Amino acid sequence: MTARFAVGERVRVHDRYPPGHIRTPYYIRGKSGVVADMVGAFTDPEDCARGGDGLPERPLYRVRFRQTVAWPDYAGDGRDTVDIEIFEHWLEPEPG
Amino acid sequence: MATHGDDHGHDHARTFVADEEDSLGHYAIVEMAVRELLIEKGVFTPDEFREGLEVFDKAGPHLGARAVARAWTDPEFKESLLADGSAAVKELGVDMKLTELYVVENTPRVHNVIVCTLCSCYPKPLLGAPPDWYKSRNYRSRMVREPRSVLAEFGTTLPEGVEVRVHDSTATMRYMVLPLRPEGTADFTREQLETLVNRDSMIGVTVVPAPGQGGPG
Repeated sequence: MTARFAVGERVRVHDRYPPGHIRTPYYIRGKSGVVADMVGAFTDPEDCARGGDGLPERPLYRVRFRQTVAWPDYAGDGRDTVDIEIFEHWLEPEPG
Repeated sequence: MATHGDDHGHDHARTFVADEEDSLGHYAIVEMAVRELLIEKGVFTPDEFREGLEVFDKAGPHLGARAVARAWTDPEFKESLLADGSAAVKELGVDMKLTELYVVENTPRVHNVIVCTLCSCYPKPLLGAPPDWYKSRNYRSRMVREPRSVLAEFGTTLPEGVEVRVHDSTATMRYMVLPLRPEGTADFTREQLETLVNRDSMIGVTVVPAPGQGGPG
């Protein structure tokens, strides 16, 4: 299994809303962050939810976002972050 | 409703709690139906189902506390806990099964807190069943959105300059916070340290408080 993204790389979450069981939260779609860790490859929960076998396994990343990016009116500290597990097929290199 | 005239000790108007006979929701009924069907079809037995529940009953914060106290006193164990939590807690007899334990370390600069916005993922083989508030919509929606307000409601405010890092447990990882070791515990044994570590500090909504005046009991 080769991982497409490296720790420290800036990535953007797809801004798409397909039907079915998706574990990428709505609140982070279209937002950009940094890969904090790559924790291995796992079966795709979207396929498993349809009764599939979830194969091939896909790399899973922990991506770190600034809370001020996740929530435009975030009222906490500007340093605050949120780490979210996101599958590789939901990520693209940050544009630009 | 009046208090009892005799020496009953309490007022039923204030202690009455209704039976919950009518409170089965749709999904509770679905669960019972599916479970009974799977037992009928021989997929598992009632005993196997009960044993599965008992795995979580036998786990609990005492296991997490043991891992925390050991990490505080054994640098090699701490490194292994942070590098591969599932492997490290095998030594405590914990099997994370299809999930993986990911331990995040509190530092003077970063305070970690765990939530599952999608459902209520929690490291059950290690910490047992999650508290009801952890599963509530209130916690799950607000911790990711306004973590400092929610922390304040748990009585937790952090010093100036500390980053609050929320972990949304959306996939295979199950998270535990390794809290900061409190001041005034340099002479504590590992067993004494275990008694300080509370469940909420391993979720991240509190810190481990410093022991009271007078040192180890």
